[in-house]
Amino acid sequence: MNGFLSWIEARIPLMRVANMHAIQYPAPRNMNFWYVFGFLATIVLVNQIITGIWLTMNYVPTAEGAFASVEYIMREIDYGWIIRYMHSTGASAFFIVVYMHMFRGMIYGSYQKPRELLWVFGMFIYLALMAEAFMGYVLPWGQMSYWGAQVIVSLFGAIPVIGPDLVIWLQGDYVISGATLNRFFALHVIALPLVIVILVFLHIIALHEVGSNNPDGVAIKHKKGSLSESEKTPYKIHEYYTEKYDIADDVVPFFPHIVLKDLVAFCIFLAAFTYIMFFAPEMGGKFLEHPNFEIANQLKTPEHIFPVWYFTPFYAILKAVPDKLFGVLAMFGAIAALFAMPWIDRGRVRSWRYRCGLHKVNLLLFAVVFVFLGYLGGTPQENWKIIASQIATVLYFGFFIALFLYSKNENTKPVPARIPR
Amino acid sequence: MSDVSVDAKKSAPDKGPGDNTRRRFLTVATSVVGAVGVAGAAVPFIASWNPSAKAKAAGADVEVDISNIEPGQLIRVMWRSKPVWIVRRPPEMLDSLSDHAELLKDPESEAEQQPPFAKNPYRSLKEEYLVLVGICTHLGCSPQYLKNGAFEEIVQGVENGFFCPCHGSKFDMAGRVFQNVPAPLNLVVPPYQYVNDNTIIIGSTAQEA
Amino acid sequence: MKRLITLMAFFVPLWAAAAGSKVPLDEAPIDLTDKASLQRGAKIYMNYCSGCHSMKYQRYSRTFNDLGIPEELGEEYLQFTGDKVTDYMKRAMPTESASTWFGAAPPDLTLVARVRGVDWLYTYLRTFYVDKERPFGVNNKVFPDVGMPHALQALQGTPRETYEEVMVDGEMVERYAGIQSDGDGALSPEEYDEAVADLVNFLEYTGEPFRLQSEQIGKWVLVFILVLFVFVFLLKKDYWREVH
Repeated sequence: MNGFLSWIEARIPLMRVANMHAIQYPAPRNMNFWYVFGFLATIVLVNQIITGIWLTMNYVPTAEGAFASVEYIMREIDYGWIIRYMHSTGASAFFIVVYMHMFRGMIYGSYQKPRELLWVFGMFIYLALMAEAFMGYVLPWGQMSYWGAQVIVSLFGAIPVIGPDLVIWLQGDYVISGATLNRFFALHVIALPLVIVILVFLHIIALHEVGSNNPDGVAIKHKKGSLSESEKTPYKIHEYYTEKYDIADDVVPFFPHIVLKDLVAFCIFLAAFTYIMFFAPEMGGKFLEHPNFEIANQLKTPEHIFPVWYFTPFYAILKAVPDKLFGVLAMFGAIAALFAMPWIDRGRVRSWRYRCGLHKVNLLLFAVVFVFLGYLGGTPQENWKIIASQIATVLYFGFFIALFLYSKNENTKPVPARIPR
Repeated sequence: MSDVSVDAKKSAPDKGPGDNTRRRFLTVATSVVGAVGVAGAAVPFIASWNPSAKAKAAGADVEVDISNIEPGQLIRVMWRSKPVWIVRRPPEMLDSLSDHAELLKDPESEAEQQPPFAKNPYRSLKEEYLVLVGICTHLGCSPQYLKNGAFEEIVQGVENGFFCPCHGSKFDMAGRVFQNVPAPLNLVVPPYQYVNDNTIIIGSTAQEA
Repeated sequence: MKRLITLMAFFVPLWAAAAGSKVPLDEAPIDLTDKASLQRGAKIYMNYCSGCHSMKYQRYSRTFNDLGIPEELGEEYLQFTGDKVTDYMKRAMPTESASTWFGAAPPDLTLVARVRGVDWLYTYLRTFYVDKERPFGVNNKVFPDVGMPHALQALQGTPRETYEEVMVDGEMVERYAGIQSDGDGALSPEEYDEAVADLVNFLEYTGEPFRLQSEQIGKWVLVFILVLFVFVFLLKKDYWREVH
């Protein structure tokens, strides 16, 4: 057996890669619950891919057949409803864990030097995920699928000069139609998953190159020769890391310590996921919107159109601006600002634990504003909401402006050289 | 921390303060429970490959009225998307079935290509009516019905039979396969039953119903 | 007749726009585990709804099996079209004539409970009232200017709006006080409410026929996750004890 394994290992370095990235990878021992969401996102990605493959086996990507084929999967395929609900619940779960993952990065400064590219890859994943989710939501070809697509695709019409032609080109028709459904299907099941998987791969490679951040924002890798033997970790860490650096006694190996911790979180996550999936798959109309159980009808717009909950913060920003072009610009600007985080924050201290009080307030306010925008974008328009969403939009962008200003000469607390015991 | 010797520290994570039996038990238990979970999660994915309710509805029993079949005539009905033949065999056709046993691979229908009730010289419930799945046991083509002497060109001395145009397999009027053809087995007799003299149901036998 | 059809064709597209209303919805007293109620609901559906409305994603055979109705009985008493028991529950009326009579084909009802919600359905079916202005002579409180006749009128009797006088800011004002039947229907008001509840229960069932199975499986999955959690948690504790 050993002979066989070394025969393989000499030809393809499976064990070496596994050791390097999944077993003997040095992870800071103070990583708290905020650090489980990357693992959970990977799990959800796998879930989406597997259930997605199974759904494709019976889904019919035509305007005539799509809606009926989803009901066929739900009713006529043995346990088809489980697979479909795993996929639909998984879509929302994906965004929940990704939003948590992103906020973790913000509070602990995981985007700061040297993790700028890591953050940017993550943002590209987020962007691809939004495209993936949007196109996936069109596929059941219900009323919300249709009119949601109508609204989102129309956004491109705001682009000066080429806008109207661009919309028709994107749709492949003068309205959203079977042609649009077909191309969205191709992108949803082949192109975008491929892009996401590649980006996730790059995200992890970049992460393991620079190393995991932690709630104290303290480095665990030190210059070679700077630590005494007793300060180094007693755990077996892969040479890839120990050759270049001294690894402090602040780490645990990824396996089994981090894996077990992630599995504990996974069980809790799974319980919540299972509960929703089996007992409340519509989640009160948030995960599966009620009008989407009615087949798409080009002549009849539902009373209220909302994107699914994970888009609503940006949708609220769009609605807050009383001009089509500037509304669209504000919406994309809101996402672009997140991309620029590593350069907006000019501070040198990563974790909010050691940063000024204003930073903590700013971050928490940002989280509240984001959730509030989500609420505004997902409920029927009322008069007070117009002004509220305008204030919230200003606060949203205010977060970045304030951060840019105060981070230059910030009054920070001293950061310990090692992770505090 | 600093007063611990390097060697002792190196080995610390392995021994640890934890007791190894407990750890081993927990590792095994977690793995077993986890494996059960993976197996359980696989169930819907495996089960979803079964025929769907739609396929089952399409594969339901078929009722056929046989009162209008002329002697020597073959009618085709669809059952589970497969052609099923019903042939009304006149007495001379039935008599000739015993003439060519030496040319057949399995004249006594030993292979289980028919429900037990059809393991007889006529391979049918009532002698007069032959019910067969019209799919060659070689590679799935549907053989042709050659009657009134047309089959003699294929097998000398046998007037009627079935001939598969794909690879030349030959069957007699009980669906029994001739020797020296690629088809290995007799044609399949599907489960069926008579509701009354004029009606048969294909898909279930009397015991099941 | 022709004028009537033209009139309807004009109004039907307004369905959606008019669907919102301010009438408070009554909570539907339904229970998916109550097979007797579901069977009564199926019977009402087949007798009063299936002529015009289809349930094109639901098979008779599944309905009968899930509701505990023997197939032979179901075929005899609940299946009015010449379909096989394994067929989908299509409407009796051809779609073209339905479109002609109503201006638009009556919607499929398989998923109506998931679109509208059971409370809406329960209230809707109990708030038809006589309105001579409307093509079918009835209007509806939660669905103003609805393009559907009151299919259950034979059960409810002729429904009329009632008003009560109430004092608002020192002035007497007439206020809507519910629907009352003239009493010429087959059922008493209480019986009618129960019948509608049965029907809504049945529609809730067809929207998600695997609801009970889902909750049954879900319970066991949750128990399993709890067991897995205990082991994983203890193992994690065991490994991390030495770290802290």
